[in-house]
Amino acid sequence: MTMLLEMRSITKEFPGVKALDRVNLQVKAGEIHAICGENGAGKSTLMKVLSGVYPAGSYDGEIHYEGSVAEFRGIRDSEHRGIIIIHQELALVPQLSIAENIFLGNETARGGVIDWHEANHRTEALLKKVGLKESPMTIVDSLGVGKQQLVEIAKALSKDVKLLILDEPTAALQENDSQKLLDLMLDLKAQGVTCIIISHKLNEVRYVADTVTVIRDGMSVSTLDAKQGLSEDDIVRDMVGREMSDRYPERDRRAGDILMEVQDWNVWHPEHAERQVIKNISMSVRAGEVVGIAGLMGSGRTELAMSIFGKSYGRRIGGTVKLHGQPTDVSRVDRAIAAGLAYVTEDRKSLGLILDENIRFNTTLANLQGVSSNGVLDGNEETTVAEKYREALRIRTPSVFQKVGNLSGGNQQKVVLAKWLNTAPEVLILDEPTRGIDVGAKYEIYAIINQLSAEGKGVIMISSEMPELLGMCDRIYVMNEGAFVGELAADEASQERIMSLIVDEKG
Amino acid sequence: MTTDTNDMSPHGGATEAKGLKSYLASHMREFGLLFALIAIMVFFQIVTAGTLMRPVNITNLFLQNSYIIIMALGMLIVIVSGHIDLSVGSVMGFVGALAAVLIVNHGVPIIVTVAICLAVGASIGAAQGYFVAIWRIPSFIVTLAGMLVFRGLSLWLLEGQSVGPFPKSFQVLSTGFVPEIFPAVIGDNLAAFFGARNFNVLSFALGLIAAGAVIRMGLKKRARNALYGIADEPPGLFWARTAIIAAAIIFLMFKLSTFRGLPNVVVTMGVLILIYAFITEKTVIGRRVYALGGNEKAAKLSGIKTERLTFLAFVNMGVLAALAGLIFAARLNTATPKAGFALELDVIAAVFIGGASMSGGSGKIIGAVVGAFIMGVMNNGMSIMGIGIDYQQVIKGLVLLAAVFFDVYNKNKQA
Repeated sequence: MTMLLEMRSITKEFPGVKALDRVNLQVKAGEIHAICGENGAGKSTLMKVLSGVYPAGSYDGEIHYEGSVAEFRGIRDSEHRGIIIIHQELALVPQLSIAENIFLGNETARGGVIDWHEANHRTEALLKKVGLKESPMTIVDSLGVGKQQLVEIAKALSKDVKLLILDEPTAALQENDSQKLLDLMLDLKAQGVTCIIISHKLNEVRYVADTVTVIRDGMSVSTLDAKQGLSEDDIVRDMVGREMSDRYPERDRRAGDILMEVQDWNVWHPEHAERQVIKNISMSVRAGEVVGIAGLMGSGRTELAMSIFGKSYGRRIGGTVKLHGQPTDVSRVDRAIAAGLAYVTEDRKSLGLILDENIRFNTTLANLQGVSSNGVLDGNEETTVAEKYREALRIRTPSVFQKVGNLSGGNQQKVVLAKWLNTAPEVLILDEPTRGIDVGAKYEIYAIINQLSAEGKGVIMISSEMPELLGMCDRIYVMNEGAFVGELAADEASQERIMSLIVDEKG
Repeated sequence: MTTDTNDMSPHGGATEAKGLKSYLASHMREFGLLFALIAIMVFFQIVTAGTLMRPVNITNLFLQNSYIIIMALGMLIVIVSGHIDLSVGSVMGFVGALAAVLIVNHGVPIIVTVAICLAVGASIGAAQGYFVAIWRIPSFIVTLAGMLVFRGLSLWLLEGQSVGPFPKSFQVLSTGFVPEIFPAVIGDNLAAFFGARNFNVLSFALGLIAAGAVIRMGLKKRARNALYGIADEPPGLFWARTAIIAAAIIFLMFKLSTFRGLPNVVVTMGVLILIYAFITEKTVIGRRVYALGGNEKAAKLSGIKTERLTFLAFVNMGVLAALAGLIFAARLNTATPKAGFALELDVIAAVFIGGASMSGGSGKIIGAVVGAFIMGVMNNGMSIMGIGIDYQQVIKGLVLLAAVFFDVYNKNKQA
């Protein structure tokens, strides 16, 4: 079989980070090629290089496509050559109809006047190909996520696609919608379309893929032939086969009494009322314990945390939260804070900080009572408090009057932590506390977490980085599709075990 | 979007003190605004051959702009919280009409009428705030509807007629002056000394006290900043700025004293400005409003009851619009169906000229007040010059655009 695409020794650097390091990828014409790897391994970066989002010249290495060197300067270039990428976040305009979406930017127009008759007619043919029976005039918003995904594929087909790239296409889909999508991929393969699929769901990879390339830490680790009875364990081993070094500060592991318990926690989606996001979860945290929640993106970790923290996510929330054995009302954020909970968000820029304001403003925001009397703020006290945390957390800035929007990611994260430490919480839920910050700052955040545990606080740590959970936690809950699928003590946990717990559940 | 440097704190942004120039650059907005107001006043003082600063005209200037400034206080809070209120002109007109109908047609006692009117203002604000805060209907839509509804209701209430005049005891709300508490002999002597026809000693004394307070507060703040090692404005600049403000207060009060004294409405306005400056800069609720406008989701996740706060911002706006309506009616001595027409635009313009950001989260009370005075002095000055209403509108529009452009330009340059 001839190669449709060859990416040779692709290296892509961002300031301070090597996202891709001499990655090789060979895709045969007419096959389905899966790319596997952990979050942050470099899969999406590689696809952005391929599709021209990072234009030729901004990376090292060569792309050979259809037998010649290709230098894509932008997404239009690659689309022109038949390379179409469908992102995890769908790029449809919800208020427009299917036909309008499919021909968006590529309208069936003469002299600027759109021929709707032709557009609808051609859309109908495309929809038939992807197995949709909807009218072309249907508004996209009224379709479910699964069908929207199919509309995206129909849109790709309208552009004479040769190489279709699907980035986690089933992440948001229900079981039967996923199956439909995978079957469609096999269908397209039969029609001669080459596909690249990025997926965490290894059972799906095994179902559709001919070849699997595993990427880890920005390097291509292995290329596996999936037709020769490839097992999921083989893929998992290559995905997580990283050396563990002492990237985590030592800590006295001494868990005390149970601080917080969550029992029979159920949450439904805020908009799609029939979708249950959190299914019957029970968990506990002891004083001085660091408890991890492992799971892939979209497994419901953030939704769990936010629904506990003052019902900040979801509706029809059911279950009990107990603190020190007593059922506690945490149904509003202010009550949750008063009860001793703190939630450090995964999205510090849009949910954690007020970027236009200074460090002092942000530090005291969740506990203004502490720096005021009778509702009148004491500016000096505020400064004192902010200075205290600036020193304790080593926030690197000349003064607490610096705008937080101008700080580095690590320092911003420390300001969010400062805000929550200032509420004197007993239980802290840290959602991806080290996302997007550099290695040095990560170590400092770990040290802060250890300090909190030494003070007898309970810490719940949500992370996509498994080594981090293994290095930091006393106990790890494994979460998948809104439910806990396992619980591992520190000494029995390993990346392979966590991965296989997730994968088994899916299989 | 227009954003000022907005430190919100009295301490100001901690710029490394690299002297006058860098301090001015980082506080361009505040100083720019003050200089603009002074420049505009000097300009009109010259082109109107001194008419602008005549005591009678200064009195008029305050009377004409008091209700705009009072509404700008509420509007600033609404805009900082990330919303807008287009209905204030209509609400003001409606409340004025209500007062006229109650007092003139039904003989309701004034004190009762004032209470009813303020309560009605609060209810109107509550109704609009309910739809904005609880149902999350954009405030632009809700208050646009309110603007039409209350314009219509004023017409209905007044049956298309003007209703008036009001009894004297109601008019003092706007056109009254502070009484003289000092012996008449002091006033007569001072009048003779300054060559004026009369002299209100209390007004002038209040002016001296206010100027003293400005200097005292400035010094206190500097002392505290020094204590905390916070970089402050260079001493020369501090004294120049404080001296200008103190001198301006004394000068204005002197002028007013030689006419009929300090108008009641200026006292009301001054007290309200102080209260609202205090609320926005020094209190927990004020701080929360800025957090709400700066990032609603983050504010909510920090335990701030964002819905309630939004609701209260509109209730507050309603009360202030009602108060403005009463003052306006008292000044005109009659309620007309046209009262307050298009006034919301002047109020909103004042707040934006004063440096508030359209996207919420920043803006200061003092900025809105200075913004209102800039508009007010221009209106007044151009009228004295006999410039037609057509050109006046054009010029005011361009000033608004220029002020906001200045903001955006500065922000881009800093970034």
